[in-house]
Amino acid sequence: MSQMSIAQALRQAIREEMLRDERVYCIGEDIGVPGGFGGAFTVTLGLSDEFGRERILDTPISEIGLAGVAIGSACAGMRPIADVQYGDFLFCMMDQLANQAAKMRYMSGGTIKVPMVMRAPVGSTSRGAQHAQSLEAFFTHIPGLKVVAPATAYDAKGLLKAAVRDDNPVIVFEHKLLYGSKGPRSERGALSPIGEVPDDDYIVPIGKGIIRRKGKDVTIVGKLLTLYRALGAADELAKEGIEAEVIDPRTLVPLDKDLILESVRKTGRLVIVEEDNLTGGWAGDIAAIVAEEAFYWLDTPIKRLSAPDAPAPFAPVLEQLYVPSVANVVQAVKSLF
Amino acid sequence: MSEFSLLDMYRKMLLIRRFEERCNELYMQGRIPSTLHLYIGQEAVAVGACAPLTDADYLFSTHRPHGHALAKGVSPRSIMAELFAKVTGCCKGKGGSMHVGDMRVGMFPAVAIVGANIPLAAGAALAAKRLNDGRVTACFFGDGAANEGAFHEGLNMAAIWKLPVVYFCENNLYAASTPFSTAFNIKQVADRAASYGIPGIVVDGYDVESVAEVAEEAYNRARRGDGPTLVECMTYRLCGHSRSDPRTYRTKEEEAEWQARDVIPTTASRLLDRGLATQERIDQFEAEVKAEIDDAVQFAEESPYPEPHELMEDIFAPEAAL
Ligand SMILES: Cc1ncc(C[n+]2csc(CCOP(=O)(O)OP(=O)(O)O)c2C)c(N)n1
Ligand SMILES: [Mg+2]
Repeated sequence: MSQMSIAQALRQAIREEMLRDERVYCIGEDIGVPGGFGGAFTVTLGLSDEFGRERILDTPISEIGLAGVAIGSACAGMRPIADVQYGDFLFCMMDQLANQAAKMRYMSGGTIKVPMVMRAPVGSTSRGAQHAQSLEAFFTHIPGLKVVAPATAYDAKGLLKAAVRDDNPVIVFEHKLLYGSKGPRSERGALSPIGEVPDDDYIVPIGKGIIRRKGKDVTIVGKLLTLYRALGAADELAKEGIEAEVIDPRTLVPLDKDLILESVRKTGRLVIVEEDNLTGGWAGDIAAIVAEEAFYWLDTPIKRLSAPDAPAPFAPVLEQLYVPSVANVVQAVKSLF
Repeated sequence: MSEFSLLDMYRKMLLIRRFEERCNELYMQGRIPSTLHLYIGQEAVAVGACAPLTDADYLFSTHRPHGHALAKGVSPRSIMAELFAKVTGCCKGKGGSMHVGDMRVGMFPAVAIVGANIPLAAGAALAAKRLNDGRVTACFFGDGAANEGAFHEGLNMAAIWKLPVVYFCENNLYAASTPFSTAFNIKQVADRAASYGIPGIVVDGYDVESVAEVAEEAYNRARRGDGPTLVECMTYRLCGHSRSDPRTYRTKEEEAEWQARDVIPTTASRLLDRGLATQERIDQFEAEVKAEIDDAVQFAEESPYPEPHELMEDIFAPEAAL
């Protein structure tokens, strides 16, 4: 066991998978340049010294090319771990991911496998509207893609390893404020949870959520940063005698919906917290599933707590209003009692 | 060929340099949030390229926009206030460093998606052509942006429709940490112009007069209806890529070579040598520029933050009368 940050845990996962399987390689912008950054959030720092520039492959600033090469190579026998510097640039590579990677297997009548991983940092960090978006819902909407969102160091290592070994395209969403990147790449206001991570090989299965805190009065579902908002709120609520159950889905596709349904059947109340915009978001989907499958167990309406339907503002004073806070979660829960 | 006042261009470059140095200080002190991509070292490109433009002409910029904004005439006050995330900023505090711009002087909000401004600039030029309003568009981007698909699509369309746009590629030899030579299999970005059938010109981006001269010729060509030009300005940032970048991906020797050619002292010497300015005049510029920046900082500091209601405003244009 070691104590490590999410960035370190991801790095360890990549390293172990590259040692285990020759076909695994990393591809991205500024990930392996000598004297460089090791990716926008230091995840690949030092790996090019160990594995060489061919296996830590730097691309020009060409997102369509980067994604296409990763996908094409995956179809032809490699196992790429691609890196997009900011999740927002996934939009630049959308055709490759949505029309190519996701549909290749289906269109080929099940003859092609696309064992590709795309790692994407999300979350608002006062950099303005084009470096802030939480894009999970766009990808959960596309059949053929798996989507994971690890919020702890343990899950980061285990889920990334599972993603690398999966024979399907997997988008791994990571949160900028959870990495724990050090030195010049550290982020103001970061939570950077440090966690226990086994030194040996393990995976966290894709498709399995986890209860982060047990409770009987209300179910709060949060992922990435908003998981910590939910846990903070649960602490506050406990002081007032409300016992919240906090669920971290960890995987968004395929969703461990039974975990959520079971919890709601027990508590009778549901709050979903996320950082994405409200309309057409992931929270709405969870709400719909619960409304369809656990309606009669609900004591109150379901509450979605998301960023409002606005682009992410630059000004920190506005950003504080934009991203759901612990206080917002507390308030949302209390509104159900 | 017009004579652009070297004195005026020097003053603009000095303003940009001192403005950026102050931004860096303020950032280090934690008075400016977020991140900054500074323009230190590249001033001659923005100033030379903007010298022939008027407020009516359009400008498209990048994640490194402060220099372009000052050169185009966006006020130091409104840029500084934007960096401070104040409501008096040129984007009301909603844009931030990577999106400064001001349509009153023809500058679109800077685009932080590398390369995405290239087709946008072609679009603005298409409008200018159709509306016949005589505007020309200047579009700035880095060497790294020339490897985006958007570069190819934008330049090709500008070329086939002979749009009045001039593309300035600021080749500062690095895209973040990535050296030019590892991302290109050709020597110059300008070589790519041939594949669009447009002129590709390489110019010394550390010589403001050369940049202004090449730019003016390209704008004239564009205004005549002869189409776009790709101008590759060879330059170098005398600072990190963003915030506290230790710059360990490049050598101290290389940095020293460019530092020795720094446009601020070399242009000052040129002014003195040609008898265009005395040392007193140059010192006086320093004092004036400092006062202007002090004023901008004070304005920014004294300005209010955006009110909460601003969060949900400016998302859609008001209902048009139908
Ligand atoms: C589409 C896209 N990909 C990646 C980035 C991250 N990024 C920001 S600046 C930069 C380097 C840009 O290099 P260049 O175009 O040469 O401009 P310079 O920074 O040198 O001025 C990168 C990779 C981005 N903002 N947008
Ligand atoms: Mg560059």
